[in-house]
Amino acid sequence: MVAKFDLNDDSVVLIIGTGAGGGVLANELAQKGVKVVALKAGGRYLPEDYINDEWDAFGQLSWLDARTTSGDWRVAQDFSGLPAWIVKAVGGTTIHWAGASLRFRPHEWKARTTYGHVAGANLLDWPIDAEEMAPWYEKAEAKLGVTRTGNFPGLPGNNNYKVLEKGALALGYKEVSTGRMAINSVENDDRPACQQTGFCFQGCKWGAKWSAAYTDIPKGEATGNLEVRSNAQVLRIEHDEKGRVTGALYADREGNQHFQKARVVCVAGNSIESPRLLLNSASEMFPDGLANSSGQVGRNYMRHVTGSVYGVFEKPVRMWRGTTMAGIVQDEARFDPSRGFVGGYELETLSLGLPFMAAFLDPGGWGRGFTSAMDDYERMAGMWIVGEDMPQETNRITLSSTVKDQYVLPAPNVHFDDHPNDIAMRSHAYRQGEAIYRAAGATRTFPTPPYPSTHNLGTNRMSEHARDGVVNRHGQTHDIPNLFISDGSQFTTGAAENPTLTIVALAIRQADHISAELSRQNL
Amino acid sequence: MTTKPNWRGMTRRQLIARSFAAGTTLIVGAGFVAAPNAAWAYEAAALKPETLATLIRMARDIYPHDHIGDAFYVTAVKGYDTAEAAAEIEAGIAALNAAAQGAGHASYLDAAWEDDRVALLRGMEKSAFFQKIRGGLVTGLYNQKELWPLFGYEGESFSHGGYIDRGFDDIDWL
Ligand SMILES: Cc1cc2nc3c(=O)[nH]c(=O)nc-3n(C[C@H](O)[C@H](O)[C@H](O)COP(=O)(O)OP(=O)(O)OC[C@H]3O[C@@H](n4cnc5c(N)ncnc54)[C@H](O)[C@@H]3O)c2cc1C
Ligand code: SF4
Repeated sequence: MVAKFDLNDDSVVLIIGTGAGGGVLANELAQKGVKVVALKAGGRYLPEDYINDEWDAFGQLSWLDARTTSGDWRVAQDFSGLPAWIVKAVGGTTIHWAGASLRFRPHEWKARTTYGHVAGANLLDWPIDAEEMAPWYEKAEAKLGVTRTGNFPGLPGNNNYKVLEKGALALGYKEVSTGRMAINSVENDDRPACQQTGFCFQGCKWGAKWSAAYTDIPKGEATGNLEVRSNAQVLRIEHDEKGRVTGALYADREGNQHFQKARVVCVAGNSIESPRLLLNSASEMFPDGLANSSGQVGRNYMRHVTGSVYGVFEKPVRMWRGTTMAGIVQDEARFDPSRGFVGGYELETLSLGLPFMAAFLDPGGWGRGFTSAMDDYERMAGMWIVGEDMPQETNRITLSSTVKDQYVLPAPNVHFDDHPNDIAMRSHAYRQGEAIYRAAGATRTFPTPPYPSTHNLGTNRMSEHARDGVVNRHGQTHDIPNLFISDGSQFTTGAAENPTLTIVALAIRQADHISAELSRQNL
Repeated sequence: MTTKPNWRGMTRRQLIARSFAAGTTLIVGAGFVAAPNAAWAYEAAALKPETLATLIRMARDIYPHDHIGDAFYVTAVKGYDTAEAAAEIEAGIAALNAAAQGAGHASYLDAAWEDDRVALLRGMEKSAFFQKIRGGLVTGLYNQKELWPLFGYEGESFSHGGYIDRGFDDIDWL
């Protein structure tokens, strides 16, 4: 049943990347009868291949091509060659993700209007809003089997959650629960319920957590309309003399290069590779890169205000047991500038195994201050901060002038400076997080700095007007009608919410638009 | 234990007869480093035994866990005991010993108090050598599966059916 399309078949829709955005788009289009070729750097790994071991799984799945960093963010100092944690495999970062699935709050679609002018921030309202997105969110939640939506019950709370809940309620927080998770709380979609294994970040070996790798991709392939080519890394998108894209050049596993023709090209390589690809595809007609008449390609890179708080207690917690992101406190996600910053943040439980804790608790730390914390590993609880960061034009992906990847293409440089609003929010969140654990009896707490970015957003932003951004309300580039952006790089602003549900909802909506436009012969 | 004591069944007395004590914790002999109780011994391939002993002490001073035996630290650093790495390690340890002498100790190992040795390490914290050793230990030490249970960490859980019936929510003191 799996389709096979000719390299010269210029009737196909070509999708680059098969993660949350690309994987869902590929399946949704295939279900509607559209012929799709999806090109995917990296191999194909299924639950039986996933490894319950942090470094082994990291080596198996991560995107480790050359990247550089700059800016005042702590990641540039601690992990200078690894700005982001992204999966290079069929299914993309949905293999690693924890599954937290939150809708944007209505005001978060309208950050410029709600927050007003914030100096140094390139705030802009999305051209779409909560009402327009509601039905697409419903479809996305049904697809992902999100707990506490539809008829799906919440997950049971594990030890890490119980500590968070105890402290949060003691502090007077009200919106405390095991959250909305794309993890089966009951058998669903031919996948089992969560077995509380605790390696959600390493790929769920039960398939209880939704990942495009073993849901949308095989479903799309089963239609006979989708061909997924793994180990196919796209190097460049080409266009004709009318300025319409014609397909993409890619390298296969052996490094041989091929050109796949296409009627429409959808870029979904995550927010570092997607703008890099547009920039690396510069031509005589488009000297600044494809779809870049606004100059915004690669700019407004967002990564959420993050950080973690770990607390040590007198008795064992064993936070690693069970779902990694097992619960949430949502009270601080509100809009309330009286706290000294605009935007809000969520607090979500998080646990790391001993090997990752050693690497991430206090990067660079050593001596007894560090090791006494590690000695208390069994008595630790952990949470993660995810807040809205300010888009800044100067936070951007550029092409390195010195470092090249294995295909001799300029590597991406990721530049990020914290905005004062980001810093104020992070300090507030650290204080509240530490207070929660103190209220639950912690004897020691750690304000742990951000990890390499897991939420990479905004580098091909959506805008009403072509001058302000790269894509329109459907993710179609303002400049090139048959070129779409289908991943988290479309984000105009980042909201305080984990992004994947929104990426999926936008992909379902985009599939609807593309297939309608194809049948109207508009594409 | 990953470090297979590469040793040919010597008694403690025989070991000590062939060696001298390095500081108070390790025994250094011709071509080997050993624990004073003969619990393990490691035959140096490319590094001088004194260098290896100093490196092991340095590793413990960087990430001191008193309930963890030296063998884990040996495993964590023995990757440097190769012809390719030896020159850089010898130079780094020589610099460390020079710093120790500058502070009035005969050598790094001769500085008996951990605080004194840590002060020497703080002084070279920014150096490429220190960062290489420290960075390597993050995985070299903490990614040893045999060490995990000593911190309570249970590792792989899928083959045991996850924690759904094994205490994912068993906290009883809250
Ligand atoms: C540890 C971790 C935990 C997370 N937890 C959550 C969570 O709980 N909730 C949440 O909402 N989000 C979470 N995320 C974030 C989430 O995984 C991402 O937001 C989401 O997967 C992004 O979707 P995407 O389509 O933009 O990119 P991806 O899913 O990363 O897919 C892009 C794919 O494109 C491929 N690609 C890139 N360039 C090329 C090229 N040139 N040629 C071919 N292929 C290419 C990449 O290999 C990649 O697989 C988490 C991420 C991590 C790392
Ligand atoms: S805790 Fe649940 S969702 Fe996470 S990996 Fe285990 S079974 Fe999958």
